[in-house]
Amino acid sequence: MLSNLWLLFAIPAASATILLLSGKRALKWGPWLGVIAPAISFVLGLIMFFQLRDLNPRVTEQNLWSFIPVGDLQVSFGLMFDPLTAVFVLLITGVGSLIHLYAVGYMAHDERRVTFFGYFNLFITAMLLLVLGNNYVMLYLGWEGVGLASYLLISFWYTRPSAATAGKKAFIMNRVGDAGFILAIFLMFAYLNTVNYGQVFERVGSLSANTMLILGLLLLLGACGKSGQFPLQAWLPDAMEGPTPVSALIHAATMVTAGVYVIARSNPVFSANTTLQLIVVSVGTITLLLGCIIGCAKDDIKRVLAWSTVSQIGYMFLGVGLGGGAYALAIIHLLAHGFFKANMFLGAGSVMHGMKDQVDIRRFGALSKYMKITWLTFMMGWLAIIGIPPLSGYFTKEPIIAAAFERGDWTSWLFGWAALLGALLTAFYMTRLFVLTFHGPKRWTEGQHPHESPPVMWIPLVFLAIGSVVAGYLMHTSVVDWLNPVFAGVENVPEYEPVMPHWLISVLGVAFAVLGAGLAWAIFGRGTALEPEPAGVVVTAARNNLYTDAFNEVVFEKPGRWLTRALVYVDNKGVDGVVNGLAALVGGGSGRMRRLQTGFVRSYALSMLLGGVLVLGALLAVRLG
Amino acid sequence: MKYLSLITVVPLIGALVVAFVPRSKPELAKLLTLAFSLVVFGLAVATWFAFDAGSKARLQLQESYTWIPAWDARFTFAVDGISLVMIALTALLVPIVVLASWKDLDNSGKRSVPAYFALILALEGTMIGTFTAADVLLFYVFFEVMLVPMYFLIGSFGQDVPTKQRQYAAVKFFLYSLVGGLIMLAAVIGLWVVGGKTFEWASLVNADMSTGVERWLFLGFFLAFAIKAPFFPFHTWLPDAGGAAPAGAAALLVGVMDKVGTFGILRYCLSLFPDASRYFAPLAIALSLVGIIYAALLAVGQNDLKRLISYTSIAHFGFIGIGIFAFTLQAGSGAVLYMVNHGLATGLLFLVVGMFVVRRGSTLVTDFGGAGKLVPLLAGVFFFAGMASLALPGLAPFVSEFLVLLGVFTVNQTVAVIATVGIILAACYVLWMIQRTTQGTLNPTLSTVDGMSRDISKREMVVVAPLIVLLLALGFYPKPVLDVINPAVEATLTEVQVVEAGK
Repeated sequence: MLSNLWLLFAIPAASATILLLSGKRALKWGPWLGVIAPAISFVLGLIMFFQLRDLNPRVTEQNLWSFIPVGDLQVSFGLMFDPLTAVFVLLITGVGSLIHLYAVGYMAHDERRVTFFGYFNLFITAMLLLVLGNNYVMLYLGWEGVGLASYLLISFWYTRPSAATAGKKAFIMNRVGDAGFILAIFLMFAYLNTVNYGQVFERVGSLSANTMLILGLLLLLGACGKSGQFPLQAWLPDAMEGPTPVSALIHAATMVTAGVYVIARSNPVFSANTTLQLIVVSVGTITLLLGCIIGCAKDDIKRVLAWSTVSQIGYMFLGVGLGGGAYALAIIHLLAHGFFKANMFLGAGSVMHGMKDQVDIRRFGALSKYMKITWLTFMMGWLAIIGIPPLSGYFTKEPIIAAAFERGDWTSWLFGWAALLGALLTAFYMTRLFVLTFHGPKRWTEGQHPHESPPVMWIPLVFLAIGSVVAGYLMHTSVVDWLNPVFAGVENVPEYEPVMPHWLISVLGVAFAVLGAGLAWAIFGRGTALEPEPAGVVVTAARNNLYTDAFNEVVFEKPGRWLTRALVYVDNKGVDGVVNGLAALVGGGSGRMRRLQTGFVRSYALSMLLGGVLVLGALLAVRLG
Repeated sequence: MKYLSLITVVPLIGALVVAFVPRSKPELAKLLTLAFSLVVFGLAVATWFAFDAGSKARLQLQESYTWIPAWDARFTFAVDGISLVMIALTALLVPIVVLASWKDLDNSGKRSVPAYFALILALEGTMIGTFTAADVLLFYVFFEVMLVPMYFLIGSFGQDVPTKQRQYAAVKFFLYSLVGGLIMLAAVIGLWVVGGKTFEWASLVNADMSTGVERWLFLGFFLAFAIKAPFFPFHTWLPDAGGAAPAGAAALLVGVMDKVGTFGILRYCLSLFPDASRYFAPLAIALSLVGIIYAALLAVGQNDLKRLISYTSIAHFGFIGIGIFAFTLQAGSGAVLYMVNHGLATGLLFLVVGMFVVRRGSTLVTDFGGAGKLVPLLAGVFFFAGMASLALPGLAPFVSEFLVLLGVFTVNQTVAVIATVGIILAACYVLWMIQRTTQGTLNPTLSTVDGMSRDISKREMVVVAPLIVLLLALGFYPKPVLDVINPAVEATLTEVQVVEAGK
């Protein structure tokens, strides 16, 4: 099987093609074809996983064809399957299939559901390409592919202006990250003469510390874009405009973890530079706190979960930034998160399904009586994410917090306590969400008759809930051991004593979780006001996403709009006029030309100046090399 | 077989034949045009296979006939990999454009259908002539004559554009090109004098000339090509021309004709004036770089679909410019591949916009809004073309943009970084255009327009399908084209005497 890696992505690709070309003709069977394709890939992935176990060393590569051959640059359409890829393939196709199944129920009444499943399969294809590639160009191919699928699915209900805008925002913010990523590829070729993983990692030691730092920062920029990390986090909560299964699959379980994958995959680059690691750790910490704080102030059930995703991926970035043994910890947290976050997103979808698409948690309450399965499965996700033993989150988040305390200098205190504080806040806002939704008094709008969702929707919930409960325990040694060989040089990392004993960190972690949860239950156990109440500076800031959106608008959007408008004016009046004028001079003063260039003398002068400055500036840039 | 003379002459004969079809028989004119353009396409395929990519010869498939012995000007035809791919692109686009324009003139009454299609064939013949010519004077003649059919296409046949605006655009286009052409004529004569009184390209390559003369001659050619391409700040004719021309002609204008400029830079500026090319490279790169950012920002601010796409093309020509003047194999091959891919992607974009315009009777973005609800398939094709235009990986333009930027990065990181900002801006202008036309709430007047109730027709599907297939195929497997381009670019770089040519 391992010699046919291409089947993994070819099957969903074929299905996506069929679905997108058939359109309404496939209304009956289309969704089921959409479910079966990733399910087959999952089975194939499982077989390959077991075959990989028997290989020594555990890696296999195939170059399918020569992709971009020009001189020294020889990029092949090449695939690779190793322990890291294997766990990602299983996550993508496994959790992916469950979410596809759920979507059969969720999207049952949408007349464009065949297209939906086409996009969904397209996403699976791109995501698999992303993790299966054996070089950075292949990674980029999948990288932009998931960006495309994400855009299509966020703006799936494209007649809503908000959905269209959210999709565009996601795409453009991702492109900012992608620009960094592609520059990293250029840098690799310019300095290492290759873009293949193996050769890049072999030769990366020859880079100067500065070049290594720049390479890492460019990769990090790409990772931040895709994973919604600070400062490129603003698109992710808006992405909730898409149908809920999309939020579960793309914006919680898989795509947004691609940034973590890139850093983990490029571990020889990141491990080689401590400044770089410090920056990754800082990004992770800032984001995890930012996500928690904003999460506490949101009332939209999907947006709370979205900010929680931002925050949990912050933990993963913290993990991969710490390096050494924490790489594998970040990956198992990523896998566990895939289960419990998908579980809760689909649970939220189930709640919305029973409540006429209501998303305001102030308008829920007491739903535990009406949707028992959703309530119980959601509870498992909730307990898992806040880190109550023995559920998944406890086994995967606690080790990252503990690792943060092991940096060997004063920063251990900073990052360790920040991660603990994050655990407290996580427990608080997740409990708030859980209590306001399922407990306390009814605060429904009129005419609500909440009901449990059909089996096609709750069966995936049950599977994901089981995963949320047991995945952490099952993975916390086995998968870590399985992954460690991928993270080269893990053995050489100096081990520092934690600044606090391990048991104390564990106790504190659980205590903080219980404290946060207890606090939230005490405040919100008896319900809440129907409208947001006036609040102090901090809460208002959190409600406004800590003004990060406002910052983007003031610094990028408005000046950008002003600039384009000004340039349109200058180009129409000035540049055109100057060149017309010159042309008239050269052409010997043709009468028609002279009529073309009446007036505007001042704007000629202005735009000649502007043009001169532009060209001089560009010449300077060329000289800079 | 005499591939090159045939492929140049057949469309011209076709133009003549179609021009004599009476106005009362428009269908006959269309069928004849389609037949001729398909024959040309067949010839292009045959030429492609007759060409030997592995050969060491600089130019292949050479034919030479007497023309003006006194000046040593001859009808010499020959191609390298670069001109071959351009011929293939032209021969592919023309039948597609013919099919796309099939019904554009049906309701116009006054305008002659045979004339329109004869002009298209004349345009095809002259454009192919610029690629097949291996005699500098012959090239110049094609380069100038090419203007005439395009002038009439813009001035007389533009859809849904006021006559005054059309004529303004046509005259502007003509004058700009004419000025460039006259300067080039001076340079051609100068070249003839210093180059040993011959127009044969192959012997002019080895001509000796003083540094000063070489630089002046370079500028003469470069100015003409920079206007044609167009590079900043000679670009202002293109949005007017692209905005006023019928969609099919606009697709040919931006898809192929403008590429004659960049092709000319590669074949004439670089090979004939290598020292001057190196001397002026920083300036050319600076102009291109300004174009990438400046035109992209302008594209964001446009409210006319065809002008918008014209501006995106100016930005794309900036990428081609930095690719050519970076003088590395990756950047050079990327630039040539960019010329092909841009022809496919922007050609598709113009044709799809034409389909929208024909339905709506307007080119203004604000006259659309939520159109995806009414014509979902057409909106889907529009989106696909937009993705190709922003160089999404998996589609052909990505490969060329990647190669250009990567090649530039190896020699000049600052330029590459600034140019990379262009890919973010590309996402902005494409997605905003898509959003404002096809997404969001439905523009109420749109549903009252009769045409908007018809989604893509069978004929239109045949028009877009080959382009979509090619954009995908070359996105995943560009090797067949790269294999043809690479040796020619390598030879050009050797002529420029760049040390790293082999890299």
